[in-house]
Amino acid sequence: MTIDDLIPFLASTAGAATPLILAATGELVTERAGVLNLGVEGMMLTGAVAGFGVTLVTGSATLGLLAAMGAAMAVALIFAVLTLSLQTNQVATGLALTLFGVGLSAFAGKGLAGQTVEPLPRIFIPFLSDLPFVGPLLFRFDGLVYAALLLVVAVGWGLAHSRPGLILRAIGESPDSAHAIGYPVIALRYAAVLFGGALAGLAGAYMSMVLTPMWVEGMTAGRGWIALALVVFATWKPRGVVLGAYLFGGVTVLQFHGQGLGLAIPSEFLSMLPYLATIAVLVFISRDAHTILLNKPMSLGVSFRADH
Amino acid sequence: MSRLEARLEPSRAMMLASPLIAAAAMLVSGSLLFSFLGQEPLHAFYVYFIKPASTAYGIGELLLKATPLILCGVGLALGFRASVWNIGADGQLTVGAIAGGCVALYFQDVEAVWLVPLMLLAGALGGMAWAAIPALLRTRFNTSEILVSLMLVYVAYLLLSYLVHGPLRDPDGFNFPQSRMFHDAALLPLLFEGLRTNAAFPLSLVLVGGAWFFCARTFAGYRMQVSGMAPAAAAYAGFSEKRNVWLGFMLSGGLAGLAGVGEVAGPIGQLQSSVSPGYGFAAIIVAYVGRLHPLGVVLAAVLMSLLYIGGESAQMELQLPSAITGLFQGLLLFYLLAADLFIHYRFKPAARVSALPAASGGNAA
Repeated sequence: MTIDDLIPFLASTAGAATPLILAATGELVTERAGVLNLGVEGMMLTGAVAGFGVTLVTGSATLGLLAAMGAAMAVALIFAVLTLSLQTNQVATGLALTLFGVGLSAFAGKGLAGQTVEPLPRIFIPFLSDLPFVGPLLFRFDGLVYAALLLVVAVGWGLAHSRPGLILRAIGESPDSAHAIGYPVIALRYAAVLFGGALAGLAGAYMSMVLTPMWVEGMTAGRGWIALALVVFATWKPRGVVLGAYLFGGVTVLQFHGQGLGLAIPSEFLSMLPYLATIAVLVFISRDAHTILLNKPMSLGVSFRADH
Repeated sequence: MSRLEARLEPSRAMMLASPLIAAAAMLVSGSLLFSFLGQEPLHAFYVYFIKPASTAYGIGELLLKATPLILCGVGLALGFRASVWNIGADGQLTVGAIAGGCVALYFQDVEAVWLVPLMLLAGALGGMAWAAIPALLRTRFNTSEILVSLMLVYVAYLLLSYLVHGPLRDPDGFNFPQSRMFHDAALLPLLFEGLRTNAAFPLSLVLVGGAWFFCARTFAGYRMQVSGMAPAAAAYAGFSEKRNVWLGFMLSGGLAGLAGVGEVAGPIGQLQSSVSPGYGFAAIIVAYVGRLHPLGVVLAAVLMSLLYIGGESAQMELQLPSAITGLFQGLLLFYLLAADLFIHYRFKPAARVSALPAASGGNAA
């Protein structure tokens, strides 16, 4: 393998990592507020079909991305109403959201199969993109690749230093105390779930509008679940999400470049890699119960009711 | 939330009524969706929910599709009762199908009565082996069984795909990704002339009876229920969480594996690149709608089966996409979760709200 083989491999890693970063960062914020939303896969599929469909009809990728976020927020709102206002079990409701999203997207996308849209334009950053090696490697992506990284920085700073971020963490650790001080626990949790929904929708749209770019039923193929695993891998810290997502992006891309890299392994086994890697990484992180306990939001997955 | 108050104890009536309310709400939204799609709602309703089950053949199909849902659903319900979250039943079903299918293909010249029981045994063991991975990782390394069992679903799909594209492909099959057809001795016997319902259905009912006995009459079943309802009490009583995780996964994995054999030795008759339209996931809904009770699971599985064949019927007669089935399944679970609110809460009686200011001696209004 030469440097020339390596550049497309590394560059497509960024593409595969971006939806994971977006979805995992959204879920991270949701979980930091104390809400476990297992519906990421369903929200991603909803976003994927909405973004692709609207782009196909209107010809505008911007409208497509907005529609993806809006549609995924709409289904996230169902989850929020059930778990936050009606106090349903978060695990069961999240599973329901995924099953619903799978069904809804398959139904809504029936007429969209087999068509394709123009992927987002790449941004050639002046001067930098012409540099040898690092140019094609770092400075010739579409805007969302950069936006996802900026988002992680912003969320990381926001959770650590901004007042809303600190309040969000407080309601994730101890909603009863936060409520006693007078913070609107339920309202903020709604906001966190919707934020997670918007980013999951964007992640799904990135897959259907940029990576493939077409709509295929169930096309996220477990990426939403991998994003959930990434949040654990990152021990609920945004910067860990980037590392994990690029690691997984690389493993995902390996299956497409496997033959080119001279690996004589049936393609099915290469396709198993992201899932097996997820399991391996989860084992590696979770075996140290102490680290998990230290970083996991204390009230994650526990319903909160203000009047008790 | 201000108009809701907590009940002193959970309402048993609401617990039984809630699945019915959810089913009714799903039917109403279904009819609304039909009219939104330009169908005459009553006719579409008839085609979807009544016509498929109105013939003997239709009822046969109903029971045929209910069988894997019963097997997977009852297994998941046993685990869910103890908060053991196996959501990878579709993977365990697939591995069970592979194991049973390998037995059938290995003994392809053998005409013996022990072949089908051996396939069922292999399928159950295959499902259990696949379920053992999340159970082991959970009990040994504290790894989320939700994520691991789900990841293994995709691995199982890919394993099956590899096998029918490679080692197990029918050499005379024009390169289609499927195995040889199983011979008659490797197929489950049919129950009635002209129907596709096979011996897996009565077998599933026997296992439901066994699951009921396990839940209601054994100490292990009791320990699992206590651990789900009151984890702290279970820990204080010394009930082992690890044992619950293992039991939950072994039972649900084994039953899902049996369901897999039921499919390949039943309506499919060979190994294909996909052996389940997501029965293992639909079984999550079946378990909940069935109130995590073995007998409830049977009724819920029949309802879910009706959604599947109704979807096919609507596709043929009304040109509606069959994906509408998945939409209805998701809606059903949402409605159920919402209706369950009233197990623990009720609307405040209006009288008490107006009585309070009067009792305090003045009314601002």
